[in-house]
Amino acid sequence: MRLTRLALALLPIALLLGAPWARAIAPTQMPTPALEARYERLIHGFRCMQCQDESLANSPVSLAADMRRQIRQMLLAGDTDRQIRKFFVSRYGYFILFKPPFVWKTAWLWLTPGILLLVGAVAAGVVIHRRTLLVQSDHEEPDPRDGLTRTQERGR
Amino acid sequence: MIRRFIPLLVFVGVAALLAMGIMQAPRKDLVPSPLIGKHAPNFSLPSLMHPHRMVSSTQLIGHWYLFNVWGTWCISCRQEYPELLAIARTGIVPLIGLDWKDTRGEALAFLSTKGDPYQRIAFDPGGLEAIHWGVYGAPETFLVNPQGIIVYKYIGPITPRAWTEDILPRLPADTTVAGS
Repeated sequence: MRLTRLALALLPIALLLGAPWARAIAPTQMPTPALEARYERLIHGFRCMQCQDESLANSPVSLAADMRRQIRQMLLAGDTDRQIRKFFVSRYGYFILFKPPFVWKTAWLWLTPGILLLVGAVAAGVVIHRRTLLVQSDHEEPDPRDGLTRTQERGR
Repeated sequence: MIRRFIPLLVFVGVAALLAMGIMQAPRKDLVPSPLIGKHAPNFSLPSLMHPHRMVSSTQLIGHWYLFNVWGTWCISCRQEYPELLAIARTGIVPLIGLDWKDTRGEALAFLSTKGDPYQRIAFDPGGLEAIHWGVYGAPETFLVNPQGIIVYKYIGPITPRAWTEDILPRLPADTTVAGS
């Protein structure tokens, strides 16, 4: 009885785990497995311009279907992945790519995390260095103006 | 003394960055077109009115035109329709329609009841031509100059204000509809 309830409770989680493999759209057959693999990779790399946070692979919107059709036609016509990407970028801008390329306009996007990490590391280094100096000064003679000395005096 | 203000400065900087992000967020639906300043795509599509005739980009070279992407299924297109009719009445610039992902029967019925502001309409039921123009939603309107260069793109329904403030100033003062 308890086991059934547990199984029922876990069912939604199990279903959710399967979600990444679910397909919003009917799969289409390309003539060769190599083309099929390239097609799959390409449609996962483009943004659906209408829903914006979904890829062409996952979008049920009819514009996405048209774009997938365009990609299929270009693949069958012998276009390279690079040519297909260029086709869409020249018409929709870099926004259509889920992974923005490293160009002048996007340089800050790629470099900021590194710069922030560097700033953080330097700041951490300075703080740690100061703390070590503080520990060393503890072993020196207590300063009469120090708060610690005063409480010691009060305790006496 | 100045060092005490460093956290405050960092906070103000981050807050400004986030505020900029929030203020720009609603514009996410307006993706700037990389086609502005570039040649309009070459096309040759069957005419909506006369299926055996073609509407092609070569016919359009030599004068200004507004390339309007629409469909009878598109609510915002119906919303902008009175303004399109008003633009057509001014006789300043011809409207070239791209009937996008539509059926001929519905489009013709719509035009005959509501009036037809277009000089020509290209029919794109499959939707592949719109991809060449970087269209991602209707209505979208492109202003193309006599050399065939896309000068401006307006996304969304054209309002009277968009016409007078965004489109009209980009047209030379002496333009009139050619060939109609």
